[in-house]
Amino acid sequence: MRTLLFLLDKEFRQMLRNRQLLSTLLIAPLIQLILLPLAADYTVKDIAMTVVDNDHSTFSRKLVDKITASGYFKLAGYTTSYADGLAKVQQDKADLLLQIPPHFERDLVKENARDLYVAINAIEGTKANLGGAYLSSIIADFNSDIRLQWLGPVAGAASSGSSAAADPDATPQISVASSNWYNPLLNYKLYMVPAILVTLVTAMAAMQSAFNIVQEKESGTIEQINVTPIRKHWFILGKLIPFLVLGVVVFTLGIIAGWAFYGIWPLGSFVVLYGALVVYLFAMLGMGLLISTYSATQQQAMSLSFFFINIFNLMSGVFTAVDSMPAWAQYIVETFPPSHFIKIMRMVVLKGSGWSDIGYHLGAMAVIGLFLNTWAVLNYRKTV
Amino acid sequence: MKQLIVFIQKEFLHVFRDRKTLLMLFGLPIAQIVLFGFALSNEIKNSKIVVVDYSKDPVTTQLIQEITSSQYFNVTRGLPSATGIDAAFKRGDIKMAVIFPEHFSDDLIRTGKATIQVIADASDPNQATTVTNYLTQIVGTYNARLAQASGQPLQIGVQNRMLYNPELRGAPNFVPGVMALVLMLVCTMMTSVAIVREKELGTMEILLVSPFKTIYIIISKLAPNLLISIVNLCVILVLSDVFLDLPVKGSILLLFFDSILFILTSLSIGLLLSINAKTQQAAMMSSLMGMMLPTMLLTGFLFPIENMPLPLQWLSNAVPSRWYFIVVKRVMLKGLGFSSVWKETLILAGMSFFLFAVSIRRFKTRLQ
Repeated sequence: MRTLLFLLDKEFRQMLRNRQLLSTLLIAPLIQLILLPLAADYTVKDIAMTVVDNDHSTFSRKLVDKITASGYFKLAGYTTSYADGLAKVQQDKADLLLQIPPHFERDLVKENARDLYVAINAIEGTKANLGGAYLSSIIADFNSDIRLQWLGPVAGAASSGSSAAADPDATPQISVASSNWYNPLLNYKLYMVPAILVTLVTAMAAMQSAFNIVQEKESGTIEQINVTPIRKHWFILGKLIPFLVLGVVVFTLGIIAGWAFYGIWPLGSFVVLYGALVVYLFAMLGMGLLISTYSATQQQAMSLSFFFINIFNLMSGVFTAVDSMPAWAQYIVETFPPSHFIKIMRMVVLKGSGWSDIGYHLGAMAVIGLFLNTWAVLNYRKTV
Repeated sequence: MKQLIVFIQKEFLHVFRDRKTLLMLFGLPIAQIVLFGFALSNEIKNSKIVVVDYSKDPVTTQLIQEITSSQYFNVTRGLPSATGIDAAFKRGDIKMAVIFPEHFSDDLIRTGKATIQVIADASDPNQATTVTNYLTQIVGTYNARLAQASGQPLQIGVQNRMLYNPELRGAPNFVPGVMALVLMLVCTMMTSVAIVREKELGTMEILLVSPFKTIYIIISKLAPNLLISIVNLCVILVLSDVFLDLPVKGSILLLFFDSILFILTSLSIGLLLSINAKTQQAAMMSSLMGMMLPTMLLTGFLFPIENMPLPLQWLSNAVPSRWYFIVVKRVMLKGLGFSSVWKETLILAGMSFFLFAVSIRRFKTRLQ
């Protein structure tokens, strides 16, 4: 036990002495946490729309007015033909093309039905998806409006849905009343800040523990440790505990920054949050340790950890929903500790979930952590 | 000149000797393209929802059946009452709850209207909006059928066409993004670490006191990374054509020209980072912490740049990968020619020239 204390003393001294590294480790994540959520805004608004109006009627003008007044779309100008409009979409000057066919108003009145044509640039899937849905609902609204005008109040009122007065003769209409729990204003930052904090803690914990050990290998000081009677497990613990502490410090700073800049204060209990954090750090430090046992130089450790961190960042559900991945990918993601911790963070911070709610994810992280640490310890040799 | 060739040879030997790093360098793009290309998707489907049906009449039964059969929803189970919803949200089991009040079809027939209550878990705002929209669409179709049965006039239909990516796959957006990300990070990190490593080991001193020109040292350090990046680029392009069905639609020469400009820019950034870093660890941290997340976010492949606050939009102009991403999207996915990317090409060329010049001028020929 005394050995461990001496080792810890040494490690903390080394850590605190390296001011440049320490400031990078503490300040860089904070700056990122403050700035990045501003960038990570996926609220879909200001969709640039170009209109090919081949009708030039009252209806077509009203429709365009209604769409631009909704706030989701901005008019990127009229074009005279479908081909011209398409060229605009190709050059990224417009995201969406609305074509109103010739004699739209006349045909609508005469034949009671007419289609509008919409073409959306779908390279950015989410934008296309939401944009199309918004446009459809605005057009449906417009449809009710003109019906109301055209047919007079009685039949029209019934078809405009929930605002209609009760009228037994009218067409039956089902309406949807939706409410958004936990985040009624649909503030995207609430969703992003906890996840970004996790990615920052991940990058730090996993990589620093790997680098630190490999650094001793590269500079040869590990040999000096190896020839001492220090036991393997004391040495490993001496390496891991400082980074566990550092991880907790960075996390705490991040929580404070999230509150100061974005007003996000965890709804759930801090005991749950920090309990989960310690289990998570245990797993990630185990990964760092494992990487260090497989690398001889810092460059190798870096490429290895970069490989995993990049995959973790993009697949753990920080940016895209894990639910919409194919089943095989979801099984792979189950083995990533960050995906579990990101879920826990979002649950505890935003919904106030408790121990029993996060039990599955906590257990999964513990199992993965145990597995990685066992593997790493077995693979660690006190020889060069 | 002969000196330079010998030195480039030496650098190549260094790189090729380190099998593990090399494996990572080539394995990284392959694994990422395959994983992201197949796994990531912007489409939201199979969202888990619960249905609480207080009414249990023909109308609700039919609506529930339509919701269940839609590919967007995965109805986990029916709850007997709404009291369990909060707990289910907190466990993260469900994304949305759909509640049919009592006497649903009676209300519909008698008063002509009935309301479905929908509660979405808005801790993920986009998913909440999207699933609510999906449900509204399903109900809308049902309404339209009711309306048709009673002869509703003035029906406006909408024909949607999804251009370039009809299935809303994630790959068309992510492949250019991953290309930019991988090339940028590999170039900056490998370059800065390779130089700082020599400093740390003390071999840099030997190089600097030799009659070898500084510019040669720099060129010989950059050459292997340039080659590796070009090989990586080829591998990514072949993989996305073969596996992801995303061939290069435009001119491949133009794409390579812009890629090389982008690679040179990233190499120069690596060079710049190496000047200030004293240890490999510091060089890695600054290239990883400083470059990875900003590159991911400010390139525009995850989040639309036009949504960001103005200062960040300005900042994103300084991120080379942002311009490269636009070029790849236009040339590779849309098949446009030089006339539509000349501006981006010019910016990349300017950046690479400027950064390269600065890093050469600032490259220290003394250690202290």
